[in-house]
Amino acid sequence: MSAIVEFLVRLAVWLLLAPLLPGLINKVKAWVAGRRGPPVLQLYYDLARLWRKGVVLSTLASPGFVVGPAVAWVAVLGAALLLPLGPLGISLSFRGDVILLVYLLALARFCTTWAALETGSAFEGMGAAREVSYAVLTEAAVITAVLALSLRSGSVELGTMLASSAGTGSVLLAAGLFTVLLAENCRVPFDDPNTHLELTMIHEVMVLDHSGPPLAVVLHGAAMKLLLFAVLLVEAVLPFGEWSGLGGAVALIGGVALVGVGVGLVESWLARYAFKRVPLLLTTAFLLCLFALLVAWKGGWS
Amino acid sequence: MNESLNLLVALAMGLNLVALGSSRLPSLIRVVALQGMVLGLVPLVMEHEVRGMVVLVAVATVAMKGLVIPGLLRRAMRTANIDRDLFPLVGFLPSLLIGAAGTIGAVVLARWLPLLPEHHETLLVSGALASVFTGLLLLIGRSKAISQVCGYLVLENGIYLFGMLLLGSTPLLVEGGILLDLTVAVFVIGIIVDRIQRAFDTLDTRKLTVLRE
Repeated sequence: MSAIVEFLVRLAVWLLLAPLLPGLINKVKAWVAGRRGPPVLQLYYDLARLWRKGVVLSTLASPGFVVGPAVAWVAVLGAALLLPLGPLGISLSFRGDVILLVYLLALARFCTTWAALETGSAFEGMGAAREVSYAVLTEAAVITAVLALSLRSGSVELGTMLASSAGTGSVLLAAGLFTVLLAENCRVPFDDPNTHLELTMIHEVMVLDHSGPPLAVVLHGAAMKLLLFAVLLVEAVLPFGEWSGLGGAVALIGGVALVGVGVGLVESWLARYAFKRVPLLLTTAFLLCLFALLVAWKGGWS
Repeated sequence: MNESLNLLVALAMGLNLVALGSSRLPSLIRVVALQGMVLGLVPLVMEHEVRGMVVLVAVATVAMKGLVIPGLLRRAMRTANIDRDLFPLVGFLPSLLIGAAGTIGAVVLARWLPLLPEHHETLLVSGALASVFTGLLLLIGRSKAISQVCGYLVLENGIYLFGMLLLGSTPLLVEGGILLDLTVAVFVIGIIVDRIQRAFDTLDTRKLTVLRE
């Protein structure tokens, strides 16, 4: 019985708290710019509004146009449920679950790009091409980070891997994973979530033709993915295995909030990079994770 | 002692990669200056008891590599009035990857070398090899004369790190002499850069290979 209750709590945390993080980021951006900004709960209002609206479907689109976002949402939720949640611990753990996490995220990306290509619009094809070409580099960084963590803890289970701190290399790992977070969620140096110019967008252009409930699902999935990467980053760096109960919860919430504030500050201070400079930045993230792996391998040079 | 030493050397190795990735001349000069200052602090953390001469050399190194030499380079850059973008012969992304591979190779190679036991635990040799490699890469891969000077400075930083292995047995006067030589060299290069700019209206060293009467 308690297992079911715990699972429901976990599900509620992911489903209900995810749209809070983009609201926090927007609030930070508004605060830096000296504006009042949208309310923190803005995304909830947007989702509610979109859910009530009808759907406009292109005559070209196959059922994949609607199925894509749904599958992507389920995949991201599944990936999120694999993560340990601070003091709540891990619900489902098996050998190699971290590989499933990486592949679920890849499946979500595949479905989003598939739905984008279904519309037959040239712009969405461009967005999809950019999304997958950046993903080649971010996935290399994520897998290197995973290798570093598993080498450090000697395990391929997320629960054990994220329980201890990343040790000497945690600064490198944090910097690398933060860059990956920005790229995976199409935040500023890589993509601007506010722009609506088709030529420059990545994620926003892929969902241009979605409307109504499918768009709500896409937006909620994006918010959940952001929360997932923030939780992953915080748990990779901080030793959650040593804290339990309230302390762990406070540390997790504080850490995720700090990541949100960090994203907001980056978005306020940086402009979007030119396309040709993006691979350089992503390679830097990969190299940061690679050096974290090297540090983990050499056991913190001593 | 080893902890802070390794931290400084690791910082210098990180700066190597930043130097390879930076695309503008002023930022490249800043990175090289920062690396020189970081390495200037190395003798201070290596000595068990702080001697007056060591402090003197450290202060002189930080001042020369951090302030005087970058100042000379910036001056040369201003007077030559050149375009500040670096046009690399080897692109930034490939040179970053090659530099990272070289750094990892340096760490692995340093494990194999027959070193004194007290040097096994430090990153000194790895850092020296990595900096020499980065310096060579910058010398080969960048076409502007001033950026090649920066490559030369990184190379010299690597050799300086090698010299730190013998800190106990070399007189510090030698270090002082090397520092003076370096400054004179950069000074002369500053003049040469100005001459090249006046004679050929460009600092691209590729043009210098096709000189004719």
